[in-house]
This record gives sequence, structure tokens and C-alpha cells, in this order.
Amino acid sequence: MQMTGADLIVKLLERQGISTIAGVPGGAALPMYDALSKSEQIHHVLCRHEQGAGFIAQGMARVSGRPEVCLASSGPGATNLITAIADAKLDSIPIIALTGQVPLSMIGTDAFQEVDTYGLTIPITKHNFLVRSAKELLTAIPAAFRIAMSDRPGPVLVDVPKDVQNQMVSFEEYPDVVVPDAAPSFDLGAIEEIAKMIEAAERPVLYLGGGVIHSGASQLAVTLAEQASLPTTMTLMALGAMPMDHPLSLGMLGMHGARYTNYVLEEADLLVCVGARFDDRAIGKTAEFCPNAKIVHIDIDRSELHKVKTAHVAIAGDVGQVLSELLPRVKPQLRKRWLSHVESLKSRFPLAMPGVDNPRSPYGLIHAVANCLDDSAIITSDVGQHQMWVAQAYPFRRARQWLNSGGLGTMGFGFPAAIGAALAEPERTVVCFSGDGSLKMNIQEMATAAQENVNVKIVLFNNQSLGLVHQQQNLFYGKRIMASRYERPTDFLKIADGFGMRAVDLDPAPNPRAVLAEALNTPGPCLIHATIDPNEFVYPMVPPGAANSEMIG
Amino acid sequence: MSEQNANLSEYIPDVPEHTGFKKVVLELGVANHPGVMSHVCGLFARRAFNVEGILCMPVGSGETSRIWLLIFEDERLAKMIRQVEKLEDVLYVNQHDGEHPVFGRLDEFFK
Repeated sequence: MQMTGADLIVKLLERQGISTIAGVPGGAALPMYDALSKSEQIHHVLCRHEQGAGFIAQGMARVSGRPEVCLASSGPGATNLITAIADAKLDSIPIIALTGQVPLSMIGTDAFQEVDTYGLTIPITKHNFLVRSAKELLTAIPAAFRIAMSDRPGPVLVDVPKDVQNQMVSFEEYPDVVVPDAAPSFDLGAIEEIAKMIEAAERPVLYLGGGVIHSGASQLAVTLAEQASLPTTMTLMALGAMPMDHPLSLGMLGMHGARYTNYVLEEADLLVCVGARFDDRAIGKTAEFCPNAKIVHIDIDRSELHKVKTAHVAIAGDVGQVLSELLPRVKPQLRKRWLSHVESLKSRFPLAMPGVDNPRSPYGLIHAVANCLDDSAIITSDVGQHQMWVAQAYPFRRARQWLNSGGLGTMGFGFPAAIGAALAEPERTVVCFSGDGSLKMNIQEMATAAQENVNVKIVLFNNQSLGLVHQQQNLFYGKRIMASRYERPTDFLKIADGFGMRAVDLDPAPNPRAVLAEALNTPGPCLIHATIDPNEFVYPMVPPGAANSEMIG
Repeated sequence: MSEQNANLSEYIPDVPEHTGFKKVVLELGVANHPGVMSHVCGLFARRAFNVEGILCMPVGSGETSRIWLLIFEDERLAKMIRQVEKLEDVLYVNQHDGEHPVFGRLDEFFK
């Protein structure tokens, strides 16, 4: 066979099962766009900013669990992708970023729209390639997919100079469609030891992270919790792994976890950490986290073991495979004393949700949205107060129901990720909880949502502030409010209208629940606007750097 | 369970002192193509891990290279090695003590 590098790229993407690509064209990517024009399999979603394209690819990957692709040109196209790539790295999301580059002969000459994309993306990708001949594409593209989805998933960037895209390449056969590498094998002796530790523990807690979702192991994790009667807490990334209303669920731990959750962890004598990484927002001051607990750590990434907390027993392996081996070795237990103590902590120090019956308050609005939806809905969020309120209060009941920017905390994530989720699973309703600060960071994608007619509803918590900054300045910086209030209001309804997206306002509605239900149940994109009091704070809160037992509020 | 935090302030931890005085030599087998050195050196630089000496030459037919690194022993070394092992282009990492002769006869080039 003989074809150009660009045609080969498109063929290889098709063979990996790619059916949607999000991107923005530009000079150095034009041969790839020309090749895309001939593809019958791939639908290209034209974004209004490359960061939107990166997050749309992430949204698709987060719901499907397989690598998805975004495409940009050289220079500013590539630099605009960077935030979305870094975000994927910190949350272990498999995306492939394809970028055009100036021709090989011009690299290093400060050519028009030249930037060292390879150098810039070394620290924020799992791996990256600068392809120097069309022939190399035969190995680089399949390798990019294999690396993105094997072991701990992550983003891979492939930078392709324009002349390489145009170069003819001859080959006998297409390379094989790649599948993930086999997960590392692990020691069954350590599994026996963990089973014994769980049996011997009096106050064990199960601590689930995003790795449980990536591994598709949430059912196994719930079974382990039920079999050994383990109260179970989840990180921000793991919400949905165990249904929030499960009797063993402790909800989310950490900076904005419920008081009882952090108190239960404080008393634990065994912490079984599965697919989590002891992030500072989850554990607070390291030395004072689970001070009395032995630690078991199961993670596919060996470099996470003993990184923050030294584990007594650590296993590097796929958490699903490890849990499958562990389950038959764990003795069923009732643990009545511990569970009833946990229950009493829960009733003494529950998550307070003031205003939960009022749809014009944060918790009330979240519950009102949840009441209009079933578990099939996908929920995304941006970053800030609304994100924490949703994480605390939304009744998540399944894996991959909840998409949010956990590690990098990127404002502007929620809306394009929701578009990606809706493109990947068009039969579902996708709700993006956002704030006015976050929404403005990728608001241009309203045009993309309207163009694609995706079933995405933005629920906008408008407090005319950068709420979490405003909150921290109030609490920790002597109420000196600096640059966290927007002096001039923005008319979001007009903006949505300008982009061709429907908008409804809950503020003037005599019956906001009815307006909400109608908007959520009508297919197509819609902005649902609600004014929120800027003096509503997220509680409880562990001051940054403090121990989790030192919660305020 | 502690009382409500009376002194509300953000706690920002100090930068810990890391570097010791004992030297260590690392031997890395790597794929031989442009960019591998940036991947390896970038990893050390980002973590403020000072690399004292670097040697790199292709091995055999040139498909792979070997990188020798001279660094100071540090409490973070084991974690650092696990990060290096994760790099796609790094095939293996061996740790030797600081007396390893590979850097020994280079003195005359650094006078």
C-alpha cells in the first residue's frame, strides 16, 4: 500500500475504532484535515478553542474508558491544548493529542507558528512523540494508543511535522490494532497477608480512588466492603464507585468531606487504599492522617506505593485483578461494634446541608436537579464551590456517572467535558454544574454545543464571584476581598442566546422546580441560570495544610 | 477530636532539606533517539534533584544507549528511581555505589 502520512494517520485512527475527533484546524494541520475530509467513519467536531477540544476528548474518554483523540495545529494550537493535556495527566485519562508541526527542515528556525511542542509536553504527558518520517507513524500511532490505555492510563501527544503528513509511505500491511498491555503480575502471598489484616482489624476503613473507576472494579470493591463489613470512603475521583446511599458509604473524605467521615478515618486501625494516591486535598496533613492505622495500598502504578504514606503491605497490580484474588480469601464478618460506632458518629456529625429544601440555595438546587434525573444521567462539574457542593450532595450511584477535574482543578473543564460525554453517549442526559467564573473560561464552546445539538444542560450557580477564592479570603485572609468579586454582572442568558443555545432563568420563576424539570427533560443544549448568594460557603472545610480533624464549620 | 480551629490560617509547609553527601551512580538502559535525554534530565530537574555528572553513549548497533548519572544520595532516591523506571524509553535502571569506576578516569578532561 502507498499513501501519505496524513492518510495513514486517519486510517490508523479508524482502525483503533475512533469515530469522533474534536479539534481546530490550522496551517500545519491542513494535510491531516484534508485526509479527514475523506473519512466516512470519523466525525470531526469543530471546537472554538483548542482547550475545548482537549476537554471534549477527555469527556468522551472519561465515559467510555478508552482513548479518544483531539487535534490541533502547531504553535498556539498546541499551547492551547496544554491545560487539557496536563489535566488528563493528573486524573489519568487516556487521550491522544495530535498536533501539526512546522516542516522538519524549519524546526528550530523560529518559523511561523513554531513552538517546541515536544519539549513543552514532556512533563505533562505519559509519553510523547515527534514523528520524523511517515514510516514512523506505523509504530508511533499504535504505540500512542497502547501507552495511553495500558497500566495507569494517561495522555499521549504525537507531534507531526507538515512535510511528514505529506510524505508518501509504502508498506505491506497495517499494524495490528493495539490492546492494553497485560497488567503487572503480583504476589499472592501479599494477598493472603491483606486478607489476614482485614480479618484481624477492629476498625478497618476502605478508601477508594479513581483507579477503581479506571479498572472497572467498582462492583468488586463494593462486594469486598459488604463481605468484610468495611465502611468505605471515596475520593473526589471515585464518587459513584459505591452508591452514595449504600449503608457502608462514608461519602467523600478530605478537605470538604463530612465531619463524621474524617472522624471515622481518624479512629481507623486499618486503612485499605485501593486505586488512590493520598492526595493532599484528601488526606490533609500527612503525618496526622489515619494516625492509628496500618496501611494497605493497592495501585497499578508502583511509583505511587510508599510515595506519601509508607504502606505496611503494598501491591502493584490492576486493582480489579487484585480484588478478584482477595475476595475469596476474605472472611465474611459482621463487625457490629465498629459499624454501630460509625453509625453513631454519622448521626452526631452528619454532613449539614442547610437549605436542602430550597431550590434557590446550593444544596437545594443540586437535590432539585437530582430529583428530575435517574442514574443514567451523567454529571460533570467545573471547579470551585459548586463542584464541592455537588461532590458532597449529589446521589451518585454508578461508576463513570461523575466527571470532574480532580487533580489539576481546571476551571473551564466542565462544559466541554459534558459536550464530550454527550457525543460519546448521546442517549443520556448530561448535566454540567458550573459557576460563573468557571463557565466563562470555556464559554465559547456554547457555539459547539449548539452546532452539535448535544443533550447538555448547564446548571449555572451564579454568585458573581470566584467563590472558593472569595471564601478563602474571608476565612484565612482577614476578609480582605481581592480580585474575587466580578464588579460588573454578565448577562449569561443573552450570551447563550447569542451562541444559539436555549436558556432559562430560575430567578424570576414562581415555581423554579417546574422550570428546571422542563428544561432538563427537553432534549438539546440549554443553560439553566440560578443566582446564588456569594456568602454561601462550602463547609466543613479543612484549612489548606491542616489535619483533617481540624475542620471549620 | 479537636476543637474548632481558632487560629484560622493557611499552613504552608517548609521545603524539606534533602541532599546528602554520599554519591550514587545510576546506570540507565534507554532507547536511542532524540528527546530521551530531555525526558530523563527533565524528570530530575523538576524535582530539584541535582545531577552531578552525565555520560551517554550508544550501545552496540545504536538501537539503545546507556546513560550513566552521578548523583548525591538522597532520601527521595528510591521514589526517584521508580519515576525514572516509568519513562517509556527507559528499559532498565541499575544502582551502583559512588565508587563505581565509570566516572573515575574522566578527571583529566575536567581540569
